[in-house]
Amino acid sequence: MKSSGPSVPSNPVADFRSPVIAESLLQAIHLEADPQRQYRFMEFCGGHTHALFRHGLTDRLPSNLHMLHGPGCPVCVLPVSRIDMAFNLLQDHNITLCTYGDMLRVPGSARNSLQTAKAGGAQVEIIYSPAEVLTLAGQNRDRQFVFFAIGFETTAPATALLIQAVKSQGLTNVSVFCNHVLTPPAIRGIMEPSDGAPAPDIDGLIGPGHVSVITGIKAYEALVTRYRTGIVVAGFEPLDLLQAILLLVRQVNSGEATVENQYRRTVRPAGNLIARQFMDQTFQVKECFEWRGLGFLPGSALQIQPELAAFDAELRFNMKPVPAADNKSCACPAVLRGQTRPEDCPLFGNFCTPDNPVGSCMVSTEGACAAHFHYRRHLQEPAP
Amino acid sequence: MTYRRQNDGLVTLAHGSGGRATAELIEQVFRCKFSNPHLDPLEDGACLPWQQGHDIVMATDSHVVTPLFFPGGDIGSLAVNGTLNDVAMAGGRCRYISAAFILEEGFALADLHRIADSMAEAAKRAGVLIVTGDTKVVERGKGDGVFISTTGIGERFQRSLPGISGIRAGDHILLSGDLGRHGATITALRKGLQFDTDLASDCENLTPLVEAMLGSTAGIRCLRDPTRGGMAAVLNEWASQTRLSISINEPDIPSNPTVTSLCELLGLDPFYLASEGRLLCVCDPANVSELLKVMQQHPSGKKAALIGVVAEKPGALVQITTHYRGKCLLDWRYGDPLPRIC
Repeated sequence: MKSSGPSVPSNPVADFRSPVIAESLLQAIHLEADPQRQYRFMEFCGGHTHALFRHGLTDRLPSNLHMLHGPGCPVCVLPVSRIDMAFNLLQDHNITLCTYGDMLRVPGSARNSLQTAKAGGAQVEIIYSPAEVLTLAGQNRDRQFVFFAIGFETTAPATALLIQAVKSQGLTNVSVFCNHVLTPPAIRGIMEPSDGAPAPDIDGLIGPGHVSVITGIKAYEALVTRYRTGIVVAGFEPLDLLQAILLLVRQVNSGEATVENQYRRTVRPAGNLIARQFMDQTFQVKECFEWRGLGFLPGSALQIQPELAAFDAELRFNMKPVPAADNKSCACPAVLRGQTRPEDCPLFGNFCTPDNPVGSCMVSTEGACAAHFHYRRHLQEPAP
Repeated sequence: MTYRRQNDGLVTLAHGSGGRATAELIEQVFRCKFSNPHLDPLEDGACLPWQQGHDIVMATDSHVVTPLFFPGGDIGSLAVNGTLNDVAMAGGRCRYISAAFILEEGFALADLHRIADSMAEAAKRAGVLIVTGDTKVVERGKGDGVFISTTGIGERFQRSLPGISGIRAGDHILLSGDLGRHGATITALRKGLQFDTDLASDCENLTPLVEAMLGSTAGIRCLRDPTRGGMAAVLNEWASQTRLSISINEPDIPSNPTVTSLCELLGLDPFYLASEGRLLCVCDPANVSELLKVMQQHPSGKKAALIGVVAEKPGALVQITTHYRGKCLLDWRYGDPLPRIC
């Protein structure tokens, strides 16, 4: 292949997939987990949920150790109202909407999706990197491009770089519909439900890997102190997850709750300072943002700085908030908080499937419902 | 578990992905209207009675690929080999090919020469003749450079293939080599994702391999090349049509480290990526060791492996036993594999 790009390492993950080492970690987990008690751990990230299921790891854990699935799937937590706003933008203005691939099938309140809008003639471009928006906009100066920016702290720096590049290149045909959300407020939203629901019974958290690459791990210390629940930041390979589970078992057994960094090969304690600097220059924390499943959480999202308002699609196109409610039978809110298992939702697998999702957790492969449907629907797991 | 029909009233790109959306489109629009005993099994090609003892096999294929030229081949070699392979999977040796070209106004004639040269070479190598064709030109913007439709026709191999209806519980499943080279090559080239690798499409004519297999071994039930939708689509089609379950063992599946690495970087899974030079085979367990030897001795099947079994229990699901001895489903995706955000 052409040698114009980065080279692909021969096998970047082989070292973290050894079945032999996995067996020894599993043995240690079985040996150290106290059969007299239950262990309830939440993996925050959808990427972790996906990896646990794809590698069949949950089959091999002790029967008294339960993995609950958290809200760390950017597509899943985006409320319907924001998706409807994107539809309205496409309908009311002759623009090209650029988006990451897994936004394409998320249903709006009318069960439509960007995929069907695209088939109906709307200009929707799937991109891998916000840098592609620059290329498209540079080639089509007479057309307006809007980047549908979503994601946690992981993807926010790339959006920040896009906005800074648009500014420095003087492009007038690019703006950003900003939907970036923040992790620590989401963890608070789970541990202290905003709707007054009882706090969940969680003995430990597997902290997000790629988010922590940007944020570092200091931000979790206040959470651990407040909720006395340990957090182990982990990578996404089988050995990463098994080691993180073992570290959480040890914390529970010793009665400690601390922040540990299992993903040291990638996550530095202070995070990525350059990325954070770009974020600080571009965004400010929004007063309040609606999350699907978790409700309105204060200080939980990013908005574009006032001096960069020219690049804010919500202002450029006068986008109005659209009130939209979730389907009342959909259990996504409780699933996102780890309080209901996907297969216990009345819609799971009949009215709500990955082909025809009702709730957001069924859309992205990282959503807990889609992961259960794709990987586990042949099995009835005992309720924790 | 049932799937609800998605009826948005429009064709979407998911309908062309080779996943469940494609299967639904074929079933709900075409098969029910064209229904006949030759079409209904929905194999890659059809084996048709002609004169006694001389059945013919026919298959057709359309080719749209971006980019048109890629390491390991181009749309021309893909069109010829793809058709040869479809005829082979239906149990025949292709003899004659037709080719129809839909060209876009403004397409470079030099590129068209290059594509035609490549088709001629692939046909010559396989000993088939391109005997008829058609050419249409559409206005600029109404085509993507060039689309090619090919139909292949040939005679049935001496030993006939029962096809999907011949699959029995207890049968074994063989794979001729590592998965996903074609799909990974194309995905990496698209959208300017140009990684510096030695990766090339595995596009090749599988007729000689099929001939060696059928010529030496009885008990072969069914063959399929995992093109669009990858191995996952083939196994799920088999499971859903037979109403049997399929179990495969992940450690036994041959892999290519570059494909694995690219998939990790792009958030894709090799089991869903297209191969253009691999085949999956269902076989009577009594003949498996003999067949595996034949495949491994053939240049197109050196890495062939026994990867799974058709399970006794019904359920129409495909299950993987992972490297970590856990289990998960290998589900059929609805549309194209989409890269994940995180």
